[in-house]
Amino acid sequence: MTDSKYFTTTKKGEIFELKAELNSDKKEKKKEAVKKVIASMTVGKDVSALFPDVVNCMQTDNLELKKLVYLYLMNYAKSQPDMAIMAVNTFVKDCEDPNPLIRALAVRTMGCIRVDKITEYLCEPLRKCLKDEDPYVRKTAAVCVAKLHDINAQLVEDQGFLDTLKDLISDSNPMVVANAVAALSEIAESHPNSNLLDLNPQTINKLLTALNECTEWGQIFILDCLANYMPRDDRESQSICERVTPRLSHANSAVVLSAVKVLMKFMEMLPKDLDYYGTLLKKLAPPLVTLLSAEPELQYVALRNINLIVQKRPEILKHEMKVFFVKYNDPIYVKLEKLDIMIRLASQANIAQVLAELKEYATEVDVDFVRKAVRAIGRCAIKVEQSAERCVSTLLDLIQTKVNYVVQEAIVVIKDIFRKYPNKYESVIATLCENLDSLDEPEARAAMIWIVGEYAERIDNADELLESFLEGFHDESTQVQLQLLTAIVKLFLKKPTETQELVQQVLSLATQDSDNPDLRDRGYIYWRLLSTDPVAAKEVVLAEKPLISEETDLIEPTLLEELICHIGTLASVYHKPPSAFVEGSRGVQHKRIPARAGSGESAESSDVGQSGPSEAPPAVIPSQGDLLGDLLNLDLAPPTATVPSVQPSMQMGAMDLLGGGLDSLMGDDSDTLGGDIGGSPSMGAGLGAAPAAMPASLGAAPAVGGGLGDLFDLGGGVGMPTGSYVAPKTVWLLAMKGKGLEISGTFARRGGIIQMDLTLTNKAMSVMTDFAIQFNRNSFGLAPAGPLQVLTPLSPNQTIDVSLPLSTSGPVMKMEPLNNLQVAVKNNIDVFYFSCQYPLSLLFVEDGKMDRQVFLATWKDIPNENEAHFQIKDIHLNSDVASNKLQGSNIFTIAKRTVEGQDMLYQSVKLTNGIWVLAEMRIQTGNPNYTLSIRCRAPEVCQFVYLCYELVLKN
Amino acid sequence: MIHSLFLVNASGDIFLEKHWKSVVSRSVCDYFFEALERATEPENVPPVIPTPHHFLINVLRHRIYFVAVIQSEVPPLFVIEFLHRVVDTFQDYFGVCTEAAIKDNVVVVYELLEEMLDNGFPLATESNILKELIKPPTILRTVVNTITGSTNVGEQLPTGQLSVVPWRRTGVKYTNNEAYFDVVEEIDAIIDKSGSTITAEIQGVIDACVKLTGMPDLTLSFMNPRLLDDVSFHPCVRFKRWEAERILSFIPPDGNFRLLSYHVSSQNLVAIPVYVKHNISFREGSSQGRFELTLGPKQTMGKAVESVLVSSQLPRGVLNASLSPSQGTYTFDPVTKLLSWDVGKINPQKLPSLKGSVSLQTGASKPDENPTINIQFKIQQLAISGLKVNRLDMYGEKYKPFKGIKYMTKAGKFQVRT
Repeated sequence: MTDSKYFTTTKKGEIFELKAELNSDKKEKKKEAVKKVIASMTVGKDVSALFPDVVNCMQTDNLELKKLVYLYLMNYAKSQPDMAIMAVNTFVKDCEDPNPLIRALAVRTMGCIRVDKITEYLCEPLRKCLKDEDPYVRKTAAVCVAKLHDINAQLVEDQGFLDTLKDLISDSNPMVVANAVAALSEIAESHPNSNLLDLNPQTINKLLTALNECTEWGQIFILDCLANYMPRDDRESQSICERVTPRLSHANSAVVLSAVKVLMKFMEMLPKDLDYYGTLLKKLAPPLVTLLSAEPELQYVALRNINLIVQKRPEILKHEMKVFFVKYNDPIYVKLEKLDIMIRLASQANIAQVLAELKEYATEVDVDFVRKAVRAIGRCAIKVEQSAERCVSTLLDLIQTKVNYVVQEAIVVIKDIFRKYPNKYESVIATLCENLDSLDEPEARAAMIWIVGEYAERIDNADELLESFLEGFHDESTQVQLQLLTAIVKLFLKKPTETQELVQQVLSLATQDSDNPDLRDRGYIYWRLLSTDPVAAKEVVLAEKPLISEETDLIEPTLLEELICHIGTLASVYHKPPSAFVEGSRGVQHKRIPARAGSGESAESSDVGQSGPSEAPPAVIPSQGDLLGDLLNLDLAPPTATVPSVQPSMQMGAMDLLGGGLDSLMGDDSDTLGGDIGGSPSMGAGLGAAPAAMPASLGAAPAVGGGLGDLFDLGGGVGMPTGSYVAPKTVWLLAMKGKGLEISGTFARRGGIIQMDLTLTNKAMSVMTDFAIQFNRNSFGLAPAGPLQVLTPLSPNQTIDVSLPLSTSGPVMKMEPLNNLQVAVKNNIDVFYFSCQYPLSLLFVEDGKMDRQVFLATWKDIPNENEAHFQIKDIHLNSDVASNKLQGSNIFTIAKRTVEGQDMLYQSVKLTNGIWVLAEMRIQTGNPNYTLSIRCRAPEVCQFVYLCYELVLKN
Repeated sequence: MIHSLFLVNASGDIFLEKHWKSVVSRSVCDYFFEALERATEPENVPPVIPTPHHFLINVLRHRIYFVAVIQSEVPPLFVIEFLHRVVDTFQDYFGVCTEAAIKDNVVVVYELLEEMLDNGFPLATESNILKELIKPPTILRTVVNTITGSTNVGEQLPTGQLSVVPWRRTGVKYTNNEAYFDVVEEIDAIIDKSGSTITAEIQGVIDACVKLTGMPDLTLSFMNPRLLDDVSFHPCVRFKRWEAERILSFIPPDGNFRLLSYHVSSQNLVAIPVYVKHNISFREGSSQGRFELTLGPKQTMGKAVESVLVSSQLPRGVLNASLSPSQGTYTFDPVTKLLSWDVGKINPQKLPSLKGSVSLQTGASKPDENPTINIQFKIQQLAISGLKVNRLDMYGEKYKPFKGIKYMTKAGKFQVRT
């Protein structure tokens, strides 16, 4: 007596037979017939022809039969909309039933019938059910609003259901709250800007209360909703974290991961020195580890998320390396993820263990996994410098196994190790060359060819080796062909005498016999280079390569931040922003991790950008290439020998062209070219004018402002040397880009002298000496007033602080943004370039107090259109304190007037190049927002003066 | 939320589909079948599969793939946990979760699925609530229903659904009041060639079977609660009390449930109860290899190691094995190359061993990979972490229940590398 009997009617007139049974008078027979219909439906058979007969069975007091009919209706109503109307009356009647189960069932089923005509009739019953006395009905109705919204969004809005739904967030029953949150979240997904879930401290409190009492699924909805909230301060953030932490011990892994998301996001706001911060970090590790003992599919999702967490906060799991060790019967997708995380967690402390494991994995059966394990060994070598030697010897051991794919994979990673540690492990080249014949994969062949080309001078038979590859040139893949071309050119430049024939052969193969445009172009470039200027060719082809960075596959930080806000979602599984791949979430708002309390970036500063006078789109930070191009014509002679400021602008342009060209040849951004040319005309104008005539030339130049955005991006970097306040040092040159030299610094004005405070750190392994510094031309002619005083050599890991006095008599060129300063620092290793921005208050001179009369006259004299207005928000100082504070930074108050409770301060500032800036500041008692009007003959400085005001007043 | 569910059997046929929103064509499963084809082993199918318009999330249980279809951003763990719940419910209702059982009860299955999700939102997933809404099929009930025409669908709103203790129904009555707790610990370990432990951790659970009348309020305390620093509780456990006093205080669900699961990972706490001596060697150029295994008890606190089962995936080049066990029986499957040895109980006086030779394909080179040895065993009356229950008390009801605690240690993923 099982349900399988329902499948057995396979005679000819099945539908006909069912029809007869459905219309039978006997209740029992009817029910059996409906069950048969449902059974056919479950296996995907089309039984829609029975629609009227089944709907006729709906009017019954047998709940089971009713449910079965409803099941049928949901599936087929869409195909028979006219017939579906027949069911409406019963629904409406059921919504009034005394039994809450039936009321709920009716409203629930109605919502599932995706027929427009029915939805109109649904509104009234739904409205009643949303206010039903029974919470079971209310919670069902809440979900029904989401269903209805999916069918007819406009209707839901017109009927005011959204507001009712919002009210349900404050319902007394936690299950109702959870469902309301779930429904609102789903609706909000298709309405990204609707601000449906308007979270404030009160609703948050309600959600947190409901969180403790509702079902596990409700907890997931509530936690996911909480994660969208931006706490006002670190205390609120901490209290939310405290109330969410118990969820980490829940048996449902989805609850745990959602709780992890909330904590990871909110702990960002907590000060790091807080005890609670440390406690929280400790509490996060065990639940993550526990997730890894669950079923493999749960493990997979957990591992993808842990991969993100480890990148954001490696400290959480740094002691848990062992849980990521691979078991041989883990599914392959779990194995590969574990391996990835093992490399991320690898450090000097655990590298021995990790290497032993990886070596073990390299002997497993699964080819994909073995390959990845071999690759992982290479990545460890690059990441943990101390282990490089052991990694290389492990790789050599593996090459000895002669297992084909292991050898190939090992050669690919050894190439990377050579890049990272040049001139260190070349002794292994001989072993590699032995395996030349067994390489059949393009990547491995290309890697091997690269090694031969790069170390051609140390391999006696390099020409023979490369020649052997050349025989089957046209059968190779593009990757190998390109590599072969480059390698032979390198060889030629190193051993020109014996290899002339070889290079000619490869050039003609590449340029004449190949139809691949990339190969042809590269061939021509080399050819021209070699034929016009072999010395230049050498510089280009054999140029020193930048070191490869430690971890190549880190997720880009802004994406990582966004993904951290989406822990536990599909986005986190695919490591892509949610907008990139999920349908129906067009225009998803990008979530942002809240800023830590006390960090430089405040919410106001982003407002300022909009209230500022310029409408220009935010500019991009000058690209590295741009900088390089401009600085290429900088000579690093002592500062006294500066080039006269009047120089034919044509020549400069030409040099830039060359610079840009070189860059693109070397494979860098080729965009630099256009940028540099565009820059030169205005530069020429700036050059022609002497510093004294600066204001005029500035005024004539097109308005600056494109670069305003940069200032805000600097975060804590915009410093302001007031009487007491000097901005903290920020890193200007990363050790990675400076071949081990790290430079951080700030600017200060002390007793009328401008100083650049620098901290130089040697993170390389060798001693650094012979430091020198040079500035590129800049808007206010800043230049070093003396040499860089680094007297003793800088030994590894040593840090030195230097103060460099600056003068303002250097060559002038208008920069974008105005306060941009491009700097070149030289040492015995190389020349490094970076750019930084200085606060304009650096240039406010001590004798900037204007005579009252002169002020009045000048104010009138400056045309009205040169006046700019700004708002300074959230200043709780009275006018006298503010005025004193500003005076510390050479912003002088000339007069003060009080009109109707409003203080007006009139102030003047003089810049080092003689530009006067006049300002009027209005302070209304009780209003923390000041209004600032600035007039200046060179209106582009107004914005920067304003920023100085803001910084001085806020610090 | 969850759009649809497809059940796919081992031969790749869809035998059930259920849609909670609009109908999604079953052709969406083609993407799943592609992934299935690519996977070398059935369990290697990736859990999340993207398709142009949907995402498929699947779990494999009892040789059935449960494939959920989602359309918008939904937490994958939420879907997976829900699918686990579906599997558990089927098992609970039909005793087994097989294709036959599901097909036999297809209407109940449909009713259950409809009750568990509404528009993709979970509605009722607690077993006791579901059982009040839809009665599990029993032979007696089917007979009675056919005769009287009554139904197996509950007519009333389940009582637990909205109470503060949704996991327990009211009005429970038993003539014999009993509460049993099983402390079961599984050791996951990787042992390297030389016999030293690479990783070892304990996954422990306390499963309960509580049949108590009324609304009992239980407390369970441990002799050494400090062991439990990484725990997941059943929702019935009062978390605050645990935080403050390290006591489990709860109103239990009726029947079987998992009270607690825990994880002990610090290595010095994990005793390894068995050791393996192995010598598996192949010589270059010879078609014979030596194979020797000896098992012995290690740290078992004086308890016997039982139900020992050793299995190992031998290298592909192995043709056959001719071995002799000192006890138990062994089998070698020449197709899958799986060697398994049913040892039984380990007698510390006379250690079990398996010795002999394995033959390789003639002319084949020495295998590259070393086989890993998988060991299963059981130790009764012992929780290897040392966890001990101190006492169990009941409040809120007058009668005196019968109480029982049982301990057991098992091997989880216990692997020895050679």
